[in-house]
Amino acid sequence: MSRLSREELARRKMHARIRTIIKYVIVIVVAVIPLIPVWVMFLWLLAQSFSAKVTFGVIPQVFTLENWKFLWAPFKMGLKEYPNIWPITMNTLFLALGVAALEVLISSMAGYALSRMNFPGRIGLMQFIIALHAFPSVILLIALFIILNKMGLYGKGYMTLLGIIIIKAGLEIPMASWIIKGFFDAIPWDLEWAALVDGCTRWRVWRSVILPLVLPGIGAISIFAFLSGWAEFLLVYTYVVGEEYYTLPVLIYYLIGELKFVNWGMLAAVGLFFTIPTLIFFSTTQKLLLRIYVGGVKR
Amino acid sequence: MVKVTLDNVSKFFGKVKAVVDLNLEVRDGEFVALLGPSGCGKTTTLLMIAGIYKPTKGRILFDEVDVTDLPPKDRNIGMVFQSYALYPHMTVYDNIAFPLKLKKVPKHEIDKKVKEVAKLLQIDNLLNRKPAQLSGGQQQRVALGRALVKEPDVLLLDEPLSNLDAKLRVMMRAEIKRLQKELKITTIYVTHDQVEAMSMADRIAVMRAGRLQQYAEPEVLYNKPINLFVAGFIGNPPMNFIEGSIKEENGEYYFESEGLKLKLSKDLGELVASKSTDVVLGIRPEHIRVITSGEVDNAIDATVYVIEPLGRDLVINVKVDNTLLKILSTPGLKLEPGQKVKLVFPEEKIHFFDKYTEKAII
Ligand SMILES: Nc1ncnc2c1ncn2[C@@H]1O[C@H](COP(=O)(O)OP(=O)(O)O)[C@@H](O)[C@H]1O
Ligand SMILES: [Mg+2]
Repeated sequence: MSRLSREELARRKMHARIRTIIKYVIVIVVAVIPLIPVWVMFLWLLAQSFSAKVTFGVIPQVFTLENWKFLWAPFKMGLKEYPNIWPITMNTLFLALGVAALEVLISSMAGYALSRMNFPGRIGLMQFIIALHAFPSVILLIALFIILNKMGLYGKGYMTLLGIIIIKAGLEIPMASWIIKGFFDAIPWDLEWAALVDGCTRWRVWRSVILPLVLPGIGAISIFAFLSGWAEFLLVYTYVVGEEYYTLPVLIYYLIGELKFVNWGMLAAVGLFFTIPTLIFFSTTQKLLLRIYVGGVKR
Repeated sequence: MVKVTLDNVSKFFGKVKAVVDLNLEVRDGEFVALLGPSGCGKTTTLLMIAGIYKPTKGRILFDEVDVTDLPPKDRNIGMVFQSYALYPHMTVYDNIAFPLKLKKVPKHEIDKKVKEVAKLLQIDNLLNRKPAQLSGGQQQRVALGRALVKEPDVLLLDEPLSNLDAKLRVMMRAEIKRLQKELKITTIYVTHDQVEAMSMADRIAVMRAGRLQQYAEPEVLYNKPINLFVAGFIGNPPMNFIEGSIKEENGEYYFESEGLKLKLSKDLGELVASKSTDVVLGIRPEHIRVITSGEVDNAIDATVYVIEPLGRDLVINVKVDNTLLKILSTPGLKLEPGQKVKLVFPEEKIHFFDKYTEKAII
């Protein structure tokens, strides 16, 4: 070992410090700066929605709740007048929860089968699933319309929404199954065997050991499924006939579409209202998503 | 406690024959080791006894009851997996309590038993932790606790010590053996480490490529290995093997190999020659005597190759012509690489194997 001179030591310390600083700078550039426009937009929406007057379109003046009146008072959209925004919110919620429930139910079972069971054509099926995902729903609009119509679900109010739930879930189940398969793959066979030896039935193994371990995966899928249902525009816009069965994205579309009078304040408020479930969902399930077990099983 | 019998059990995975026609009887309260190199079918055998795998052929009996078609939960088995397989989402307490909960044991009794077992294994201070917060040795104890808490009829251990460091391994070896003798549970212990098997088991079943080679007490495996594989697998350093042939000259019998000619007694020579002339001579490192000076009858010339001092022991590597032999000796012998020495093979310690069938002749 050669001894380091004092200057050399100081120089190295300096280098290490510079390296640390550069690391932080890179983290900030990569992770924080792209978020700035998002936050600016968000704050702008907030300010806009609570003010009666906006100077230069930026600086809010005069606090008001006028823009949030749709929460309790009737408002008009096109020719139709709504009592308030809640029926439409309920439609959206129905659609989003429906998609999430169906997707979680089917993809968790399919993922388990893909991961754990050996059946003929398993590999082929998995490749097919990836290929399936290449079709966006726009391409399928006409085909899906025909199917909906044949099933008698077109223009039938909530039944149409149900049809959209099935379509939406159907489009996303392959990918969701694929994702959750990864979570099942990460559970070693030993764990299942240990549970069997400890006295579980197959069903009990699933409930007491496997399910708790894939919960983060199920959480992730349900969030994405819920949000994709919540934000679904194209299918609702195309297939839903009656205005009382619209969902929030379609409502927002029509708010913008009122060409002459775009009520910016109300638009901002509805926009914010629209993002609330997203915020709730993320803040409550964040812990679940992060709680991915890795320890306790060694190979 | 039960007697476990494997009756002609085989397990095939498609073309892979993991276990072939295995016959094994484990007596009530006995400690049996399944010993063999990696991939020889030990884990598969254990999983069949546990009821996880169903044998392709054959039957498994607990006492006289055929359990071949019984699911694992009805066999009252405790098992420790090589990976420990602790439930990561449960605390140590819940891990150990899990088998009892499934048996619908009343809560206060579960509590009593979990604490009892935890105390026995000295993990009573860890009960509130999650498996991820434990060291390998602690995880291993928890796994053992989970297997023992339900008072199983049969305890199955799959390489339970292989993930521990050497020092802990030696400690746990003694502890598991003591526990087994104390609780008198019929135990099947899988390992690829012959020292573990020799030091712990009442009887050892040596397996190779899915087939049982020899099933006997440790001393028998050591003194009377049934074939070349068992002879080479048991003992450390392993037995020395020298290929050669048996020759008869003027009524005298010799074992001959390159650079080596060993006179055999008439009885031994006749016996070996009557079975086969192409043979492999086997002799354990601890049975070869090294002579540094003087004339000895029937000695073999060798050159010291390298010395490995191990503290208590000394491993001397010598070359006889081009064959490398290992000799276990006590320190004190002053030897230099390149030095000429003479070796004496005590005749009663020599093994002969048929070169082609690899079976022991004597
Ligand atoms: N589930 C399985 N599918 C296919 N082959 C397997 C399976 N389990 C084990 N094998 C094969 O069977 C043989 C014995 O394996 P195993 O019992 O795990 O050996 P060991 O425990 O002695 O190392 C190996 O060749 C292994 O590849
Ligand atoms: Mg194994």
